[in-house]
Formats: sequence, C-alpha cells, structure tokens
Amino acid sequence: MDYFLQQLINGLALGSIYGLIAIGYTMVYGIIGMINFAHGDIFMIGAFTALIAFVVLVSIGVTAVPLALFLVLLIAMALTALYGFAVERIAYRPLRHSFRLAPLISAIGMSIILQNFVQVAQGARVKPLPPLFEGGFTLLDDGVFRVQLTYVQILIVVTTLVAMAGFTFLITRTRLGRDMRACEQDTRMASLLGVDIDRTISLTFVLGAALAAVAGIMYLLYYGVVDFYMGFVAGVKAFTAAVLGGIGSLPGAMLGGLLIGLIETFWSAYFSIEYKDVAAFSILIVVLIFLPTGILGRPEVEKV
Amino acid sequence: MARAAVRHDLAAALKSATLAGLAALGLFGLIVGVRTDTGPTGALIYYTRFDDVVLLVAAVFAGTLARELLFGRSGIARGRLVPERLKAVAAPLARFAAPALLGFALILPVVFYHNRYVLDLGILVLTYVMLGWGLNIVVGLAGLLDLGYVAFYAVGAYSYALLAQHFGLSFWICLPLAGILAAFWGVMLGFPVLRLRGDYLAIVTLAFGEIIRIVLLNWQDVTGGPNGISSIPRPSFFGIPFNNDDNGFAALFGLEFSATHRIVFLFYLILALALITNWVTIRLRRLPIGRAWEALREDEIACRSLGINTTNTKLTAFAIGAMFGGFAGAFFATRQGFISPESFSFVESALILAIVVLGGMGSQLGVAVAAVVTIGGFELFREFAVYRMLVFGAAMVLVMAWRPRGLVGTRLPSVFLAKRKAIDATLVKEGHG
Repeated sequence: MDYFLQQLINGLALGSIYGLIAIGYTMVYGIIGMINFAHGDIFMIGAFTALIAFVVLVSIGVTAVPLALFLVLLIAMALTALYGFAVERIAYRPLRHSFRLAPLISAIGMSIILQNFVQVAQGARVKPLPPLFEGGFTLLDDGVFRVQLTYVQILIVVTTLVAMAGFTFLITRTRLGRDMRACEQDTRMASLLGVDIDRTISLTFVLGAALAAVAGIMYLLYYGVVDFYMGFVAGVKAFTAAVLGGIGSLPGAMLGGLLIGLIETFWSAYFSIEYKDVAAFSILIVVLIFLPTGILGRPEVEKV
Repeated sequence: MARAAVRHDLAAALKSATLAGLAALGLFGLIVGVRTDTGPTGALIYYTRFDDVVLLVAAVFAGTLARELLFGRSGIARGRLVPERLKAVAAPLARFAAPALLGFALILPVVFYHNRYVLDLGILVLTYVMLGWGLNIVVGLAGLLDLGYVAFYAVGAYSYALLAQHFGLSFWICLPLAGILAAFWGVMLGFPVLRLRGDYLAIVTLAFGEIIRIVLLNWQDVTGGPNGISSIPRPSFFGIPFNNDDNGFAALFGLEFSATHRIVFLFYLILALALITNWVTIRLRRLPIGRAWEALREDEIACRSLGINTTNTKLTAFAIGAMFGGFAGAFFATRQGFISPESFSFVESALILAIVVLGGMGSQLGVAVAAVVTIGGFELFREFAVYRMLVFGAAMVLVMAWRPRGLVGTRLPSVFLAKRKAIDATLVKEGHG
C-alpha cells in the first residue's frame, strides 16, 4: 500500500509533465489537422534554455531560488515560444496547400534539425543540474518504507494546475481563444468572418511551445538531467497521451497525460523498467486500434 | 515611379530582414552563445561564443535580405528555380542517366578491383539504394508514411543471424526466410493500423520501430542485448566458401586466393538484390495492384467508392516494402558479420526516408541518385559528421518547400495511350505516373 501510494505520487508528477506537452500536440492537431512532429524537440529546447538560463543566472549572482526559477520560467517560455513560431513559419506555413505528406515530412526534417542543432551547439553529453530544492513531506513512515511527497513534485503539480487554469481562461474567455476555436471548426468560414488565420495558427504554435517549455523546466527539476535526444521519447509519449485523451480535446490531453504517467510509473514499479517505453508505445498502438477517438474525443468525419 | 517602387521594396526587405535577424538573435543567442559543459568539479560551467551568434544572425539577415530583393514577397517561385533552357538541355541527358548509372555500377568492381575502400563504399551505397527502393514502394507508390522502416531491416538482419547461428542454415536459404519474416511482421503491424489516417500511421510505425529496437536491446538471451550477435557466417558462392582451402572459391576456379573475391561477390550480390527490387517495383506498377497503390495515394475516398479494398491494398504495399527491407537486412548481417541494435535506430529510418524524399517519391532513378549523393556525401564530409544530420534535416525541409516532388520530379506514366511522355514536376500533385 505504501509502495502503491508512492508510485501514485510519482506517476501524477510525471503525468503532469506529459499532459503539458500533450496540449501542444492536441492544439495544433485541432487547428490544422496535422501532427507537429517537432513538438517533442521543442520541449527539449525548453529544457535546454532553462538549464542554460539557470547556469547563467547563478553565475551572475541571482541565487535566490524562487526569483531564479521565475526568471528562468520567463526566459525559457519566451525563447521556446520563438522556436515554436519559427517551426511554423519554416516548416508548416509554406506548405499549407501542398500535398498531404509534405508538412509531415518537413516537420520530421525540422525535428532532425532541432536535435542535431542542439547536439552541435551544446554537445552530445548528458547535462546534469544539481537539485535546487531537496526534501519534502513524509506522508507515511512505517520504519521500512517511507512515502514521500517532494517539494519538486508539489511544484510540478501546482505549476501544471496554474498553467492549465491560465490556458483554459485564454481559450474560453479571450478573443484569441475564440479565434482558435473558430479555426478549429472551419478554417475557411473563420477567415471569411475576419479571423486572421495565419496569425491564429502562429499563436497556436507559440502557445503550445510555451507550455512545452514549462514542461521542459519541470522535467529538468524533476530528473536533473537533459540531453539532446530526450524530446524524441517524451514526444511520442505525450502524443500517445493526446491520442488517448482524444486528440483535439484540451482536458483530454491533460487526462491522457496523467494516465500515461501513471501507467508508465506503475509498469516500471511492478513489471520491468527496461520495457517501460514499450508499454507506452504499445498503448499508443492499442488505443489507435480500439479507441481511435480517445476518451474525450469526437469521432472524425472524413470529407471529400 | 519605378524608382519609388524599388525604394519601397528595399525598405520592406530591410524591415523583414531586420525582423528575421532579431528572431535569429533570440533563437541562437542563448543556445549557441552560451556553451555549457561539465566542469572539473562535476558542476556545470559555461563559456560564451557570441562571435558565432553574430555570424549566424548576420547570415540570417543577409539571407533574408537577398531573398526579399531577388524574389520579392511572394517567395521563391518553384518553376523559376531551374531555367527553361537548362531543362531543355537536361531532358535528353536524363534518358541516358539510368543506363549510364547501371553500366557504371556493373564495371565498378573491375575498375576499382584493387581499391577496397571504393568497393566497400559501393556496397554501402547499393544497400541504401535497395532500402530506398523498398521504402519507395510504401511511401512513394502507396503514399503511406512509414517512419519505422528500419524495424523490418532489423527483423531481416536478426532473422538471418539467428537462423544461421542456431540452425546452421546457409545464406541462400535464410535470404528468402528473412524476407518472409519481415513481410510477416509488416502484415502483423499493418493489419490493425492501416485503417488509420496517414499521420497516425506515421507515428505508429515510429513507435513500432522503437519497440523492436528496445526488445532487441533487452532480450539478452536471444539477441545478445547491446552486445549484439557476432561471427555471423559469411556468404558462400552458392555453396562454395570464399576461403583458402582446396575446395574454396579460388582453388575451384583456378584463381590465386584473395580476400577481394568475397567483396566483389558481395558487391554483385547487393547490386542484383537492388535490381530485383527495382524490377519488381516497375512490374508491380503495371499490375492492377500497383495502379491501386497509386490511386490510393492520390485519393483514398475515391478508391473506396470505386470498390478498391483499401486495407488490403495498403497491406500488400506494406508487406512487400517490408520484405525488401528484410532482404537488405539479411545482406547487411552477412556483410558485417556483426549486428547490434545500434545499427537500427530511428536515425537510420530517417536517413532512408530522406533518401526517398530527396530523390522524389515514386521515382526509381531519383531514389538511386539520392542514395549515391547522400551516402557519398557522408563519406566525403566525414570530418563534419556532426553536421551531416543537420544538413539532411534542412534538405528535407527545403525540398518540401521548393521541389516537393524531389530532385527527379518528372514522372513517366505507367499506362499511356499512344506515346510515353514524361510529365513535368509542376504538373503533378502527388506524383502521378
């Protein structure tokens, strides 16, 4: 029971990170109907910018952890959003009226570019970051096993909740959110009614990238290491989360993220840690076969 | 009036170049400008490289300025990239390109008999030509984006290695078995997922490729895990081994023993395998199934309403593509004598896909040329190895933007009325013909 509770806590923290990345996939899919293959690497960029910003801030004397964390969050979100913008501008916008596979292929190209760019610029080695805050609350202690809720885990869940709340407000209450929902329903009709399609799509990528940056920072704090290849596996898992929750649905993405995080954690804890990625990838295949619309998704209507 | 327009253009170009430069500063400022590294105490240290950032930003600024001034706001017109006159000159040359390449491949081992390096490179290039042609059936003809093609290559390689080691089967028995097993895996994966939309299929094949790699890496008892399988039997000349014995290849044919015999044999073997792939593809395209593939690529809904069983049609493409991947895998295993999961990572899949995309999806000649250019380029710029994938990614993006039909964009129709005519790249949408 203790062990179970501990795994539940770990799974929720991990799932929050996946959920934040999954939102980026689901938003882009909702609007342009395509998978953003480079999104996992955007997440990796977010983690790297955060790491570099941390190192620089500490060296120039910003050592108060809350202030440093806040600044890092701002810097990483802004710069990663810029990457999201650039990906859309370079790999998606010129191909909007091209044939079906073209944007997919250029996005894969973009993903290869981002990975290798970071490898060239920052080296291939894994980069460690010393833990910023250690410790946490001990929930249960029976002398054998201690169930711990670390500060980092609390931070991850709280940040995710705040980000989700802000994001939900943006989608449901602001002009931009209304434009995005309009584009999602019918792009051409939205443009006839005066919605700037290019701008809305751009901002969708920017918002998704900013959330991926938040996920990147949380990942960095949680695991303490980053490398240029981490976006690949995390991206596929987050995509699985988006599909599981129902692609195109924002609460679905978060729900899917939490489920994937829990499944992965429990699988590693009770079965085998070597095959944890196999578990996540198999879920993707199984979900697509038996539940292609996901838990909260709407069935897709194919039009000529 | 004209001058005013020019000045206005210049101002607009300067403005957008400045914006692009600022964006580049944001993109590169931190990630290129500050290089983090593990210091002597294990903590992270950093040093700055702002000169590189300045160079990059200047390059982006100048590039955007030049593009705006030369091509205007409309971007680069696809048709203008190659002038008409050059096209007219190149058209007859293209007709001789395929026979010339084939002839060159046939005489290469004779000309470079004493140059082991060239022979090895030739074998490598031909392996990728074959993989490219195999994937071309799936991506180019049937329009299914397969990002896990290397999984079938791995299945073929491990099938041969395990069958040869545990059951002592010869290469010539294992080769078809490896192909069949790979095709079987293709059907296993394809059957449930081929009902999905194109981009779902892409990500499922990606996941499948990773699953195969992780299983190979962790199933230590069978696959040897990260250590792989070594001392895989080398191929024989249809039963005659390449060794220095009395009944070896050299002795039987009255030649002086030389290790090069085997290399030359391997070269012709992979050439034959690749040509078989090519031949089968060309023949299949004329059969109803091949036409169904191409119809499917153009419009799935129309196909379904015309009574084509789309799932079965996709499945055959997937299985046949996988089969050739399996053949290539068996060849790879016997050539290397050693295989490990490292050879079958996603990068490899991406490389094969890049070859197909750059060559022009659906074009046999284009894929061959792209394989020669990419793998040859790898060798040529060996010291810039870290940049090569960067160049590939960029090439994929640029080709999609400028020449979505690839380097060889023209198509020869499979079916024609009176006269076979090449169709220009600008006239084809998905790659007719």
